[in-house]
This record gives sequence, structure tokens and C-alpha cells, in this order.
Amino acid sequence: MLSRVAESVYWMSRQVERAENIARFLEVTLNLILDQPENLVDPWSPLVQVTADEEWFEAKYGKPDSRNVVQFLAFDDEYPNSMVSCLRAARENARGVRETLSSEAFEQLNEFYHFVGEASAAAAMDPTSQFFDDVRRQTLLWSGVFASTMAQDQGWHFANVGRMLERADKTSRILDVKYFNLLPNLADVGTAVDDLQWSALLLAISGFEAYRRDHHQIEIEKVVDFFLFNRTFPRSIHHCIASAGWSLREIEEASESNLQRTARPILDELQHRLAHTQVKEALAGGMHQFVDSVQIEINQIGEALGQDYFQTSVNS
Amino acid sequence: MQNQSQSFQSQSSSSDMDSMQSQSQTGMNPCLPGYETDCFFDEVVDQKGVARPDSVALVDLINRLPPGELKRRQQAIERSLYQMGITFTVYSDSAGTEKIMPFDIVPRIVAPDVWTHIDSGLKQRIRALNRFLSDIYNERKIIADGIIPATVIDSCPAYLDQCKGLRPPHDVWCHITGTDLVRDNEGNVFVLEDNLRCPSGVSYVLQNRSVMKRNFPQAFTASKVRPVSDYPSRLYQMLRRMAPMENADPNVVVLTPGVYNSAYYEHSYLAHQMGVELVEGRDLLVKDDRVYSRTTDGLQQVDVIYRRVDDTFLDPKVFNPDSVLGVPGLMAAYRAGNVALANAPGTGVADDKVVYAYVPEMIRYYLGEEPILSNVPTYLCDREDDRAYVLDHLDELVVKAAGESGGYGILIGPQASPEERQEFAAKIKENPRNYIAQPTLQLSRVPTMVEEHLEGRHVDLRPYILCEGPDDVWVLPGGLTRVALKKGCLVVNSSQGGGSKDTWVVAQAGETVARL
Repeated sequence: MLSRVAESVYWMSRQVERAENIARFLEVTLNLILDQPENLVDPWSPLVQVTADEEWFEAKYGKPDSRNVVQFLAFDDEYPNSMVSCLRAARENARGVRETLSSEAFEQLNEFYHFVGEASAAAAMDPTSQFFDDVRRQTLLWSGVFASTMAQDQGWHFANVGRMLERADKTSRILDVKYFNLLPNLADVGTAVDDLQWSALLLAISGFEAYRRDHHQIEIEKVVDFFLFNRTFPRSIHHCIASAGWSLREIEEASESNLQRTARPILDELQHRLAHTQVKEALAGGMHQFVDSVQIEINQIGEALGQDYFQTSVNS
Repeated sequence: MQNQSQSFQSQSSSSDMDSMQSQSQTGMNPCLPGYETDCFFDEVVDQKGVARPDSVALVDLINRLPPGELKRRQQAIERSLYQMGITFTVYSDSAGTEKIMPFDIVPRIVAPDVWTHIDSGLKQRIRALNRFLSDIYNERKIIADGIIPATVIDSCPAYLDQCKGLRPPHDVWCHITGTDLVRDNEGNVFVLEDNLRCPSGVSYVLQNRSVMKRNFPQAFTASKVRPVSDYPSRLYQMLRRMAPMENADPNVVVLTPGVYNSAYYEHSYLAHQMGVELVEGRDLLVKDDRVYSRTTDGLQQVDVIYRRVDDTFLDPKVFNPDSVLGVPGLMAAYRAGNVALANAPGTGVADDKVVYAYVPEMIRYYLGEEPILSNVPTYLCDREDDRAYVLDHLDELVVKAAGESGGYGILIGPQASPEERQEFAAKIKENPRNYIAQPTLQLSRVPTMVEEHLEGRHVDLRPYILCEGPDDVWVLPGGLTRVALKKGCLVVNSSQGGGSKDTWVVAQAGETVARL
């Protein structure tokens, strides 16, 4: 397929996933503040930290509170990683490759975009978890339409790689930031509040029920294990990386050329490490360090994809 | 929700069908009560507001719909066009507001005999235009024989010196043409202009049809409408056969200027429907006079390009050096016969409004036939007598700039202010070659939704023509009916606020009828 198309499909999918993750963070946080005692933990600063754009935020908004964080993450037109910016970019990318998508897939994304555009003025005034729940449903609808109407050809696999890398990255970020913020409250360990907060973490990746089925009780180590290494849950980092690896292999198999590819080896290496690391090792070496190295490798895979597939030079 | 309302529509439509049958049993044509033709020729009803024979089913249905239902269906269609993303962005609006091209729910119906006339006239015209294009870039016999003055051609901005000596395969230059037709107050058909460069709008024809079929299934079936849905496969077949060398599976692509082009939706739609790649200039490169696309597997050769990029942007090495939309070296690859282009570069000379005036002469000269379709009588301001007449009669004439399109550069004399007429008179005197004038035709009208009721609005018609060989010309039975939505307005272009309607060409006995 055309390099430009492959790249657009990849980004389209990443951007929808990014928008979805923002909606998830906000939905869960808006729910969380209803349940927890007032002023116990500031839930909004960590959300800004997740983005790694704290300086940008502070310059424009100052101290994080519920109103400005929602505005920033969900509705800020100027912030390129806000939910609406991601959706707009995803839809622009989709428009540029519309002929490679199923009509249903394009139309769903288009409807999604219009839904958010039309609802966001009211939602920005009075953000509710219901609105973000609706957004999350729209993305689930989009994934379903995408899965059911698109041939699983190279384009589909590029979309899957984009989605899985983005998802792995966001899962790692939310774990990292929350871990950092939640762990110091040693006095709370084992209390209802602690339980509530770790549960919220699991809810943010829709993993609460799956976790409960496996472990019943909330324990930090098991939650971390679930986030990093669970083999079957679709938002665990291991699962995301394995799925991206599968798609990359499919892309290479469908390829008719013998060009040297660099993304696969990096991804294989990461997948291997996730499959063979114990949660105790990861915690012993420092959770933050572990997650950081995962994020760096995900970035490297992204760059390697660019060289392998998205920039066909004159001499190739 | 959408499905529910659709099934509701088909239920209500089946009762429409029953009433239609009862109507036809009585043998009386229904009329549109309260609808005024205002002495204009109306495509759907006669002077008394009574349905023309081919429009009986439609008019009957409109009469039988409960109050407000027509409007409701119109809104349902608008909503679905919006959801399909068949929109253009209003750039003046910072919020990036999107609008659909206005669509009107009442179709235009074309009787079989009218269509036969149009079909044969267009085929004849395309044959002559191809002969003209080959001649004018090679021997120039038509000039030598005194039919067209050399100055007309050499002063034409769309005549490209870079195309001299080109001989496209089978001498076909205009593979895809959209010719604008109008009907006057007697119902006579005239050619208003030929669009041989990158005619737009066929995607609206196909989309309008698909939404109409969903919303008027019974009236559609009862009207025995000819299908348009095979256009993409015919287009693809034609493009495939253009492939330069024996190639069992030629690589056909559509070349677009990109997402910001106003016709981008159409480019994308046609590529999608044909199942071929939509490429931009930056996706292509030329090496050793061959064209390649940049793919995830490296370079892949391209055999046929349906280009929707204007001539002078195609190749910065040959035409506009600043163009970033084209492909450097494309013309050399084309001349070397390694890639086919539809349409051939240079065709624009034949849709210059001054050259247009000579098409009837071309038909006589190249084919030895009388033109089947007439031109609108045209005064060329470059001719002294014509110019004097035009300047004296500006209040009666439509004046058009030869090089403009999209409804720009037009003066509609009877509706213009004295200042506007003076302004145009000055322009004509300054650059007579650039202006033509035509009598103001009272364009035919079609009933059109205005708020809650129907009023007559002026229309034109752009049929689409595919030409594979000199004697292999096919005309899509239908076309884009453009409608001026403003009362009394004679300019139908979408850039001037016009909308579109579905066009129902009624089948003769033995002709294929579209299914739902």
C-alpha cells in the first residue's frame, strides 16, 4: 500500500485510541471524586502528569483543578493532544485515506467527530462522567465497526499497530503516575480509600472486573502485574505489545519485497522481556524505571516504523 | 433509530404504491395543486400544473404524502449526506463549519425521446472534439482551411504549447467529459458549455441516486428509471484499457490535489468505488521515464492515471514550475508512452468559451454532419460586429469571461444594475477576446422545496460522457441536475449557492431499468 496511506491509517488509529484514553481518564476521575472524602487526594494533577505536558498546562491554566483539567484534556483546541484535537486529526487522517476504509468505518468516525463537536460546548460548561462514557462508547462502536467491516489486510494491521502502541503507552503512563501518587500514602494501605483508588486505576483500563475474577482482592503487586503482564486482558501492556507484534509479522508476510525492516526486532525484544519478567523484579528495579524503559522502546518502534514503511526513498 | 425510521418510510411507501395503481387505472394525470409554472417551461408538469406522462408516479406520490412528510424526507436525506461526510468546509468560519452541497428532494425527470436526442448529440460532439484536439496540436488543418482563425487558438490560455505533437493512443483526448445542457422555454435542448478538463459532480449523481432510492422507493420503481450505478465500473474498464502496454493487470490510480481541494470527496469516492489507489503528487515519482508510487514495499509502477489535477500543475518541469501538486517528469513519461493520462493534457482548449462557439462548425468540418444539439447562439466580442451589438444590448444579454468557470465572471444583463453593465462594457473593450455574450435563456424549471412547499426553480443538466475510442462513446443516462435555489436566479453553480437534484432518465421499452 502507499506509504502515505499506511502512515495515515496508523496515526488515525493512534489518535482515536488517544482520544478514548483521555475520555477514560476523565470519566473515571469524575466518578472517583464523587466517591472519595473531600480533599483527600488531588486527582487532577496526576492527569496532567500523564500527558507529560505539565509546563504547557501551567503556562496556560495555572494550578490544576477539575474545571481546567477537563478543559485542557478534553476540549482545548490549541492543545494538540486534547481529546477534540486528537479526534479532529484522526478524522482528517481518515478523510485522506477514506478510499481505503470501509464506508461504515469512515461514517462512524465522522459521526463520532460530529457528536463530540456538537456536545462539547455543553460538556465543557458542565462536564459529566456520562458525557465521557458516551465518548468511550463511540470509540467502542468505532472499534467494532472497524473490526467487522474491514478486511484484515495490511492497512488493518497498520491501524492495529498504531492502536496497540498507543494503548500500551497510555496504560503504562496511567500506571506510572498513579503508582507514584498513590504509593506514598502508606497509612492508607488496605483501607477503603486505598481500595477505591486502585479500583479506579483498574476501571480506567476497563480491567476491574477481569482483575476481580482473577484475584478478588485488591493488592498493589497484583494490580501492577495485571497492568504490565496479563496475557489475556486487551489493555495490559503485554497483550498490546503481543498484538502489535502479530500485526507487524502479518504486514511483513504480506510484503512482496525483501527490504530490511528494523521495527520488528525491537518489538520482539520488548515482547520477550514482558513475557519473561516477574512483577517482583520489575518492582525491585523500580517500577518507574521499568515503565520508562517500556515507553522509550515504544517510541523507538514508532520511529522504526517510519523508516521501514512510511518514508519510501527514491532509491528503494 | 435510523433503521426504524427507514422501515417506517418503506411501509408508508407501499401504500403510496397502491394509490399509484388506482390513479393509473383512472387514466387521469394528477396535478400539483397550488404550484405555479409562471409561464416557464417546467420539466415535471405542463403549463396547467398537470404531470407530464413520465412524471405521473412522482406527482401522485407527492400529492399523497401527509403534510410535512416531503420536508421530513428532505431533512432525512440532508442528515444522511452529512453523516456520510459528503460535505465541504466553510473556511471563512473559524469553527470549521461543514455544509453539505444543498440537495433537493424532487427529482428531475427526463423523457426517453428527449434523452435519445441528448445521447446522440453528445456522442457526435465528443467525436468532433477529439478530432479537433488531435488536429489543433498537430496539423492544424482546421485553421489552414479557414474554419477557425489561428488567433482564436493562439490567444487561448488553455492551449498548451507543451502539448504540440502529442498523439494520445487511439486519438482520444477527452476520456471523461461533463457537458452542460440547458432547456429553453419551448423545451429545446442547448449545449451551454463543454467541460473537458476535470469535470466534477458525478459522485453527487451516484450519491443523490442512492439516497433517493432509499426515500422514494415506490415512485422510483414506478418511474422506470435507467440505472447510473455502473458508472464506476465503466470508468474503471475504460481506464484499464488505456494501459500503455500489454499488461494483464495494469495499475490504475486517481491523482488528486489533496484533501483541501473542493472536489476531494469525489476523487476519494471514485477511487473507493473503483477499488484503486487515490494518490497525491508526493506519492508518485518518475524514474527512467516511468511513473512509480511510493509504497510500504518500495516503488511500484503506475500504468494509468485518472488525473484530477489541472493541466498546468501536472508537471513542474514542463508547466508551472511552482506546482507541488504534480509529478516532475510526468510529461516525459507520458510522451514516452509509459503511462496513460485521462484526460490528456491540453484538452482545455476545447472548452474555452470562444472555441465553444466553433463546435458546430467542427462537427460539420470533421464529421460532415449537421450538429444534433445546438449551441446557445453566441456573440464573440473579438469580432467587431458582434462586439458592437453586445455593447448596445448589454441589458438583454448574458456576458461571460471566456477563461472563467464556476459561475464567476458573469453578467446577467437584464438583472444587472447600470453600474455593473458599465463595468462589463469597459472590460469588454479592454480585452474583447476574453468575452462572449449570449441571449438570456429562460432556463427550464423543476418543482423545488422552498420551506414547506414547492416552487419552480431554474435548472441545468450535466451528463457525463466516457470515451474509449473514436467510435466508442458512452453517455451516463442521467447526470447532475443543478438547481438555482434563489428565486428567479439563473446561475446554478454550487459556488454560487446552487444545489443539486437527482436526474431520472426514463427507460424506453427494452432498456435496463434500475433496481432498488
